[in-house]
Amino acid sequence: MNIKTQALSGGFGEPVFESQSVFRMLMDGMARPGSIRSVEPDVGQPDPFGGAAGAIALTLCDHETPVWLSAGLTKTAVPEWIGFHTGAQITREKAEARFAFVEAGATLASFGLFSAGTQEYPDRSTTLIIEVAAFGEGQTLTLTGPGIQQTTIVKVKGLPEVFARLWADNRALFPRGVDVVLTAGKSMLCLPRTTKIAIQ
Amino acid sequence: MTDLATYNFAYLDEQTKRMIRRAILKAIAIPGYQVPFASREMPMPYGWGTGGVQVTASIIGPEDVLKVIDQGADDTTNAVSIRAFFQKVANVAVTTHTSDATIIQTRHRIPEQKLGENQVLVYQVPIPEPLRFLEPRETETRKMHALEEYGLMHVKLYEDIAHNGRISKTYAYPVKVDGRYVMDPSPTPKFDNPKMHMSDALQLFGAGREKRIYAVPPYTEVVSLDFEDYPFEIQKFEQDCALCGAHGVYLDEVVLDDKGGRMFVCSDTDHCEDRREHGHVGEMLAPSKEAAE
Repeated sequence: MNIKTQALSGGFGEPVFESQSVFRMLMDGMARPGSIRSVEPDVGQPDPFGGAAGAIALTLCDHETPVWLSAGLTKTAVPEWIGFHTGAQITREKAEARFAFVEAGATLASFGLFSAGTQEYPDRSTTLIIEVAAFGEGQTLTLTGPGIQQTTIVKVKGLPEVFARLWADNRALFPRGVDVVLTAGKSMLCLPRTTKIAIQ
Repeated sequence: MTDLATYNFAYLDEQTKRMIRRAILKAIAIPGYQVPFASREMPMPYGWGTGGVQVTASIIGPEDVLKVIDQGADDTTNAVSIRAFFQKVANVAVTTHTSDATIIQTRHRIPEQKLGENQVLVYQVPIPEPLRFLEPRETETRKMHALEEYGLMHVKLYEDIAHNGRISKTYAYPVKVDGRYVMDPSPTPKFDNPKMHMSDALQLFGAGREKRIYAVPPYTEVVSLDFEDYPFEIQKFEQDCALCGAHGVYLDEVVLDDKGGRMFVCSDTDHCEDRREHGHVGEMLAPSKEAAE
């Protein structure tokens, strides 16, 4: 399939109900950080986009939300696919982006250039959707914070190397800061800025 | 679904839902912070729960079971009309039983029965800004939240004590969420404040006229503001519910005649009915007492 055809295919079969179900997973995921959920609908997203990342883009992005894509995604059909299905503008300015998508294995040097919001309006910050290799294997993350009764322990394979430091810097900005959704294929795990992470 | 032809599912258009959904996600990520959103006109007046209705409309799905309460009651005007609204525009199942509901929209009460992990509580909020009556300018209150400058609120509580000998606020009692933002828990009686603390359920707040959405995630600290020597206290009732005999629940006073006759009944109608079904009897329903008279 050439890029043009890929960009026009896929999408939600039942946009109203499927976007509602994906949103509820995101909402419950943000409310209970570290819980792993799998999206059901198949959205026919182009490689190297994961199923969950594609579904999140369709659920939350529209003409009001500039989207930033990592280098590995911009060279594929992903920008056209997002543009066609959601109407979102692709931006090269990290600070402008409401959503940022990062493909698996991409180097992530800093969250610093993404918008962290302002002290008055901390909600005006970027949400990053980062693809990882897998959940259930790899590094062990111990999570605490709002939404977690005691601690939640998750295993994540393929986190960006410097993630622990990036997250500690992000935590220090509170109430400003970015929020992160980790995706692996059709699964997702939310890390709102309030979550404290200890990585072993 | 053919009977829904006149409206999109749950009334709101999809772009509006996306906008509200994005606001809800940020609200959960910053507990107690009021996220501005582009509140829409709803087919009911401001003050009738347009904020709560928009939040519910954005999160509800065909599998949800909705319960709506107004001051704890399922059978009052506001609750009945909002429930009917969602039956019409979303065709969802509705219930009055707290335990059966997945979404509970409320105007100022938290059900007596403990909420579970699979439930979401949606509050209808009239004035979301706890500092508004102390400082009318939005620019200033926003700065106070930004700088975590809540001295004014403590002065207000202190003045209460100086004037009345106690903190006289009985509803919309200010709370601090996760040690950061001071939040208005909507005009719930302060009796319900402790239920917000470390709740199993997600709590969402929608203010339609004031265009704000905020949230308290599950298992989050919610502390009612107080002083060491004047600790926070909830209302205590000397009577039991006259119908079901419940003790330690929030009671409404009902005037019965013009000779000073009155009764106290559970504000949570579902809780009261459930207790009576299980054989609990209050003093006004007790047959033994009637026989003795």
